[in-house]
Amino acid sequence: MYMPDFEYHTPETLTEACALLDELGEQATVLAGGTDVLHKMKVGKLAPGHLVSLKNLDDLRTISHEPGRGIVMGALTSHNAIYTSRLLQKRYLSLPMAAHTMASNQICNMGTVGGNIVNGVPSADLPPILIALNASIRLVSSKGERTMPLEDFFHGSAETVIAPGELLADITIPDQPTTGSTYMKFGLRRSGALAVVGVAVSVTVKGDILEDVRIVLASAAPTVMRARKAEDRLRGKKISDELLAEAGEEAAAESRPRDSIRGSAEYRRNLVGVLTKRALRKAIDEGHS
Amino acid sequence: MLQSITDKDGVKRYLITLKVNGDAKTVLVKGNAILTNVLRDHLDLTGTKKGCELGDCGSCTVLLDGKPVDSCLMLAVEADGREITTIEGVAANGALDAIQESMINHAAVQCGYCTPGMVLSAKALLTRNPHPTEPEVREAIAGNLCRCTGYVHIVEAVLAASQGRTAPAEH
Repeated sequence: MYMPDFEYHTPETLTEACALLDELGEQATVLAGGTDVLHKMKVGKLAPGHLVSLKNLDDLRTISHEPGRGIVMGALTSHNAIYTSRLLQKRYLSLPMAAHTMASNQICNMGTVGGNIVNGVPSADLPPILIALNASIRLVSSKGERTMPLEDFFHGSAETVIAPGELLADITIPDQPTTGSTYMKFGLRRSGALAVVGVAVSVTVKGDILEDVRIVLASAAPTVMRARKAEDRLRGKKISDELLAEAGEEAAAESRPRDSIRGSAEYRRNLVGVLTKRALRKAIDEGHS
Repeated sequence: MLQSITDKDGVKRYLITLKVNGDAKTVLVKGNAILTNVLRDHLDLTGTKKGCELGDCGSCTVLLDGKPVDSCLMLAVEADGREITTIEGVAANGALDAIQESMINHAAVQCGYCTPGMVLSAKALLTRNPHPTEPEVREAIAGNLCRCTGYVHIVEAVLAASQGRTAPAEH
C-alpha cells in the first residue's frame, strides 16, 4: 500500500516539539500512536509534508494522582495502559472499561488517549466518559498553555478548537463527589466496532436523591454532546425507574443523530433512550463500575 | 538521536536498530517505510503477513516489547531501539512452541494466512495470563481475522496449550 513521502522529526522534549510545530505550521502533522494518522495517509486522506513524532516524550505516557489536582493522564497513554491502570481501575473503573471496548488488542496497544480526543470523531469512546467525569485538558504551544474543560474542545465532526502549533499535553480528572459512572456502547459486533451510539453518565447519589448527574452522548450528534435537558430533568429528584425512563426519552429528544451505514437516525435516537436509562441505573446501583 | 544519510538524489534514509527475535539488526530505511515491509523485505522475515494493511485484519501482528501490535500501522523508524518478536522467533531451539503444536494437533490451521498473527496474539495472552477463560481467549484474538472462519479450533488449541496439553481432549 502506497505511503506518501514526508520529512520525519523526533523532538526530545515538549518544548522542542512545540517549537517545531510553530516553525512548520500547517505542513506538520503530529504522530502519536499512528493508528489514525498512518491509516489516513495510506488511504490518501492525508499527505503531510512533515511528521512530528512524539515517541520520545515519555513524560506524556504516565498516569498519576496529584493531590489537589486529581488524576493526571499524559496524552500518549495507550488505551491498554488506561485499561490496566490500577489507579484508574480503583477510582473510576468506567474509564478502563471504555478504553477496553474501543478496539482490538493490537490497536489498544498502539492508539493513545490524546489521539482519540484530538481526532474529534463523534463516535470516539473516551471523550464521553472523560466529559462525564468532568475532565479538563491542557494544550501547550510555544506561546504558552491553556487549560479548558474537555467538553469545550469539540466544534464539529473532526473539528476541534486546537490551534496550529498546539499540542494536547495531558488530561486531568478532578477529585469529585460523584458516586458512580459508566459508559455503555452499542456496536455492530463485540470487537473493534465503532459506536452506533455510546452513552456515558456520572451520578452523585445521596440517599435516594440524585443530587447531580452528567449525561454525555457519542455518535448522537456532529460532536460528542451533553444531554443537558435530560440532566435538568433528573437533578435533585428522587430516583425511580419512571424518572430514569423519562430522562432517556428527554436525551433521545435532544440528540441530533444522522443516518449512516451503521444505523438510521431513528434507530440511534431510540438507542440513546434505552442506553441512557440503563447507564443511569448501572451507575446508580454499581458506582464507578 | 536518529542517524540519517541523504544520497545524491536527495533521498533521506535513517539508520535504525531493531532487536528482532533476540538479535540486534541494523537497517537503513526511508522515513515512510512501514514496519511490516522492513521485516519482510529487509530482514527476510516473511512469516509476518500483509493483509488489509489498515489495521483491521491482524495478519501483520508482531510483538513490540512483548505486546501485540499491527506492524502495518507502524513506521519502522518509530520502532527504532524496540524489541520485536515475529513468528520466526516463537519456536525455540528448533522446537515449536506449545501453542504452535496445539494448533497443528487441533487442525486450527486452515489456509494458514492468519496463523502467525493468531499465534503471536495467543502467545502474548498466555504470557500475561497463563490460564485464560474462553471469553478471554476470544477477546485476545479478536483483532486477528480468519477468513476461513475457523475460530472454534483455534480457541480450543489455545485453551489446550494453557492447560499444559497440546492434543485435543478425549470425547
